[in-house]
Amino acid sequence: MDLSLLLGMAASADPDRVGLTCEGRDWTYAELWAAATGAAAFVEQARCAHVVLLDTGSEAAPIALFSAALAGVPYCPLNYRLADADLGALIARVAPALIIGDVARAERLDPIGGHVFLTREAFVAAAAARADPAREGGTGEGIAVQLFTSGTTAAPKAAILRHTNLVSYILGTVEFGAADPAEAALVCVPPYHVAGIAALLSSVYAMRRIVLLPTFDPAGWVDVCVDQRVTNAFVVPTMLSRIVEHLGRCAPVPDFGALRAIAYGGGRMPVELITRALDLFPVTGFTNAYGLTETSSTIALLGPEDHRLAQRSDDPAVRVRLASVGKPLPTVELEIRDEQGRVLPAGEVGEIYVRGDQVSGEYRERSALTADGWFPTRDAGYLDGEGYLFLAGRADDVIVRGGENISPGEIEDVLRTHPAIADVAAVGIPSAEWGETVGVAVVLRGDAPPADDELRKLVRDRLRSSRVPERIARVAGLPYNEMGKLLRREVRTLLI
Amino acid sequence: MLSTVCDTEVMVIRPGTGVIGCGGVPMVEQRDGARGALEPAFAGGSVMGKRYTDAAACIELLCVKPGAGTLSLDGVALVLKDVKPLPSSD
Repeated sequence: MDLSLLLGMAASADPDRVGLTCEGRDWTYAELWAAATGAAAFVEQARCAHVVLLDTGSEAAPIALFSAALAGVPYCPLNYRLADADLGALIARVAPALIIGDVARAERLDPIGGHVFLTREAFVAAAAARADPAREGGTGEGIAVQLFTSGTTAAPKAAILRHTNLVSYILGTVEFGAADPAEAALVCVPPYHVAGIAALLSSVYAMRRIVLLPTFDPAGWVDVCVDQRVTNAFVVPTMLSRIVEHLGRCAPVPDFGALRAIAYGGGRMPVELITRALDLFPVTGFTNAYGLTETSSTIALLGPEDHRLAQRSDDPAVRVRLASVGKPLPTVELEIRDEQGRVLPAGEVGEIYVRGDQVSGEYRERSALTADGWFPTRDAGYLDGEGYLFLAGRADDVIVRGGENISPGEIEDVLRTHPAIADVAAVGIPSAEWGETVGVAVVLRGDAPPADDELRKLVRDRLRSSRVPERIARVAGLPYNEMGKLLRREVRTLLI
Repeated sequence: MLSTVCDTEVMVIRPGTGVIGCGGVPMVEQRDGARGALEPAFAGGSVMGKRYTDAAACIELLCVKPGAGTLSLDGVALVLKDVKPLPSSD
């Protein structure tokens, strides 16, 4: 079975129900299905290798996604925020493609790729003109989605998700038609992010109306939430931080009475931030979702009850769970392994391995799966005694000082408790004596900058002497990508 | 797979061995047009979007179009799969 079945089922169960609201227009499931079938006919005619979206979120995203599935062509949304040279390289890698969205830019960057270019409006019009609602679903073989990883450590890799991966994820996590008609999910992650794809699929299958916010800004997010009586929202931690900051300036704070659930993921959530958010949204259920592009989105989650228990608890072992990403999904196996591949007991940091039908672990060029189907995530982490998963950064980010593994996160957490430190990143820097040693880049605030020795003492008192930073750089800001992911390789260049 | 006695259509999520039936009659890959009669003992109906499994959890079916017939494996009615609801993470 292929992804188009998810939309087909919604359209057949309740064709007149509104499935999508975007820039003032409502789309029923029947209208979305008709558009997807029409676009599929266009895709087949274009004889392209990929259906590419180079655009902010709009109705074109779900139409392109489901039409590509119907036509059996991989859907490949691209990051429009990339610099010309980087974007041009990706467009060349997906040639020949049907490219929807910013056609002027795409044509300028790759005029010779044999692409078919279509603006968003032309694509939606072409879909309407060819609609064939009686069309049968696709066969479900092959690649559904190709996403380029963000490339924070190296050149972007083309991760592929098969129909079987994504359908398994949806069937394993979402009950069909479970949403009541009043529910609305605010989607503000860009279409090229795996969370943006998962949000479309999950909401369609749950029959929860999608409200698209094409470009995120905190005031716009709050307005849409209130106006559309949004019940569910997904944000990355940077977005939540900006929303919380914005609400701090709002008097009175708007009424979020309808907002039942906020899910977050896609980056490290500072404990101070989630604590503030829990106070600001006292009746909203928070869910932390951990996943990767290569795992079809979520593989572990910390649910609303765990959040509130941790918030109210005096037990440090329970409180600390606000920093956890929760427990693996029942449909996913998860292990922590050392560098020799041995499974580690609770409490020990190693690399996170996962296995399950939703886990692709596959790139265009090769599969990263082990012979028995496990995917090495390159994320470091550990499980506590109760099975809660804690992340400890990327495995490649672990600082190896004289054979001792040091997680940058533990040093950053300690330094972040200093009132004069606004932001901090710890990285490994070359050392003749230790192979690698600790360097930190700090962003200071206030008018009493602490001496280096004061910061070193803080780390020595709380952790161990091996964690004490050898080099400290004071910088105006840390380098992040547009999804709020810290670019550690660039931090390293600040220190070397 | 399609029922020959009602509107039911299912997707096989986990294949197994045995004869999958609906309304007491084996399901088919393609309908030939003639609709047969539903056995009264297998007239409980199928529900859109629900997953069905046998007692031993060997096979699993997803109902993608509901109908009047009861789904079965080798003549034994299938049961609704017990699904623990998860908080929405997207």
